[in-house]
Amino acid sequence: MSRVTLFAARDPGPAARMSGFLAHLRQNGLRLGVAETELALIALTHVNAALPNQTRRALKAVCTGCKDEADRFDDLFDSFWLNGGKVTQKVVPGPSQTRSDNVHSSRNREGQTGGGDAGQASAPDASSGEAESDGIGKLIATDVVNFLKKDLREIVNSSDIAEAEAIARRLGAALKDRRSRRRREARKGDKIHFRKIIRHSLATGGEPLRLSKKWRPDRTRKIAALCDVSGSMSIYSKVFLAFLAGLMRADPYTDAYLFHTRLVRITEALRDKDALRAVARMSLMADGFAGGSKIGRSIRNFANTYAKRFVNSRTVVLILSDGYDTDPPFEMSNALAQLKKRGCKVIWLNPLKGWRDYTATSRGMVAALPYIDFFSAANTLADLDRLEQELVRL
Amino acid sequence: MTWSDLQNKMSSQGYVASDDLSVALHLSVSLERPILLEGAAGVGKTDVARVLATIRETQLIRLQCYEGLDAAQAIYEWNYQRQLLSIRAAAEDGQTGASVEDRIFSEDFLLQRPLLAAIRQEKAPVLLIDEIDRADEEFEAYLLELLADFQVTIPELGTIKAVTKPIVVLTANGTRDLSDALRRRCLYTYVDYPDRIAELAILNSRCPDVSAKLSRQIVGFVQKLRSEELEKVPGIAETLDFAAALMGLGVGDLTQDPVLLQAALTTLLKTQVDQANVTTEVAQRLAGRAA
Repeated sequence: MSRVTLFAARDPGPAARMSGFLAHLRQNGLRLGVAETELALIALTHVNAALPNQTRRALKAVCTGCKDEADRFDDLFDSFWLNGGKVTQKVVPGPSQTRSDNVHSSRNREGQTGGGDAGQASAPDASSGEAESDGIGKLIATDVVNFLKKDLREIVNSSDIAEAEAIARRLGAALKDRRSRRRREARKGDKIHFRKIIRHSLATGGEPLRLSKKWRPDRTRKIAALCDVSGSMSIYSKVFLAFLAGLMRADPYTDAYLFHTRLVRITEALRDKDALRAVARMSLMADGFAGGSKIGRSIRNFANTYAKRFVNSRTVVLILSDGYDTDPPFEMSNALAQLKKRGCKVIWLNPLKGWRDYTATSRGMVAALPYIDFFSAANTLADLDRLEQELVRL
Repeated sequence: MTWSDLQNKMSSQGYVASDDLSVALHLSVSLERPILLEGAAGVGKTDVARVLATIRETQLIRLQCYEGLDAAQAIYEWNYQRQLLSIRAAAEDGQTGASVEDRIFSEDFLLQRPLLAAIRQEKAPVLLIDEIDRADEEFEAYLLELLADFQVTIPELGTIKAVTKPIVVLTANGTRDLSDALRRRCLYTYVDYPDRIAELAILNSRCPDVSAKLSRQIVGFVQKLRSEELEKVPGIAETLDFAAALMGLGVGDLTQDPVLLQAALTTLLKTQVDQANVTTEVAQRLAGRAA
């Protein structure tokens, strides 16, 4: 049985289908322009476009740009081209498509209900597990999952993000400004590096040709934030997600991750220029939002994969979680021990610590405490704001 | 040439490429687009460029990126020493400033660096820009003009257009995120560790002396080892070294001699922690399951 999508008779041809596909990818967060559509069409002339797998490979090379995108591409490709005969709404470019393009922007939020459905009907990135195991097809399964999922757009508004951004910027500055006192050679500097100039002038017979300068090197501290979005944390996630969005937008070197039962990197999604759209994209990624929590396993996963690339001794790992773990506590201590070996500082912000008479009694939290450099409360944005002085001391 | 031709030619040169990679390379060659290869260290990203150059019987121009790499070392530089000598000589002859200036900013005083050299070859070379993520972000910006239009602008000379368009292969292993501008201009493929069948094919083509049974064991062992928790996961080069070490030690069967196997593990495990973690018992268990 062929699973290839059947297109309507009024479909104007391959070029329109391709732009429909690119629009589908764009809506799922891949950053593609008009030039890519053209390139994709040309690319298909160089392979046997009648074979789905060759088309898939060719389009994958053209349309993706990083590993996250490459991993998701297969699902996106299937949901558009191999949809079991069903046609998604966006195949034929028309008025409905232009409307759904605007849906995620802050200006046009009224159109969200209609367009939002269109976006989700073909958004398999939110549904890797459930939708695939369902034999009937992605469209139906994804819709059911979406009803169960809380929409983060509802719990975060733009003024929260603005406030969080201001706090995050101050926090970022508190962590970052660790410039060395010793000046080193730099292309742009405030002082002249005489020793280098004299040394270089030897090669040109004593004539100083190049003016070397020096500057205090930046010892930037990077933040990697891991936010727990499991069920027990759901009432605090409003604050934390706004904070993450703010942190990301204030400092381009910040990394952000969500975890519940598994870990998702949201750095790319949060870097979107439009704050509300960033949070909307995040909500697509947080499938299983408000579900169980496997903190230890998620941190270990982080330590084994992303941390190898992004975490070093100049990184502050910020964990936003209540420490209620469904895994045995040794998972947590092993994971944190492994993470600490990379030389980073670990800050744990626990919303429960703001409660009166709180003591860290949950098994996971007890296991984690020896590895934490700074343990603090964080219930509201104001709490996060107060962190600033503490972080400078770290 | 179709992509499967390319795949066959590469495998005749001893490079077993996955279908994804072959299609992407084929498109990169036929569309004249740069290709960006990402993947862990030791999966054979750099080798792609070498093999491609061999297949097309052309030169391989390599630019190894590092922190602080700048345009002077990558694109072009003026030969200051010669310019200075020329100025001194001209001053003694009593020449005017204008004529001297014209002369010292000419081709004769230009030192070509890899990127400029790559676009001025008679036959299109393969340009390998290795580990681009090690270079600073500013350097990416220098690259954009070259990758999009295959031209280099030298303020004193004007724009130099490519004689032939080189095949550009960029590699990265994720020490930092690359800019969107750079990614947009490239085709992209993520190169993963090979699966069992592919790795067996690589081992057979590179080390034909290894017996069929031992090579199956070696590949099984390394594949199992990769799923263990290691700080540094062994790549393909390590597998080949391991096979060579076993051959050198005269091992015919992995389960045969625990001591020799442990000795040969130094070719696979490159950190002290990993070596401590993979004890003789663990190695034996892996070897037993791989057999």
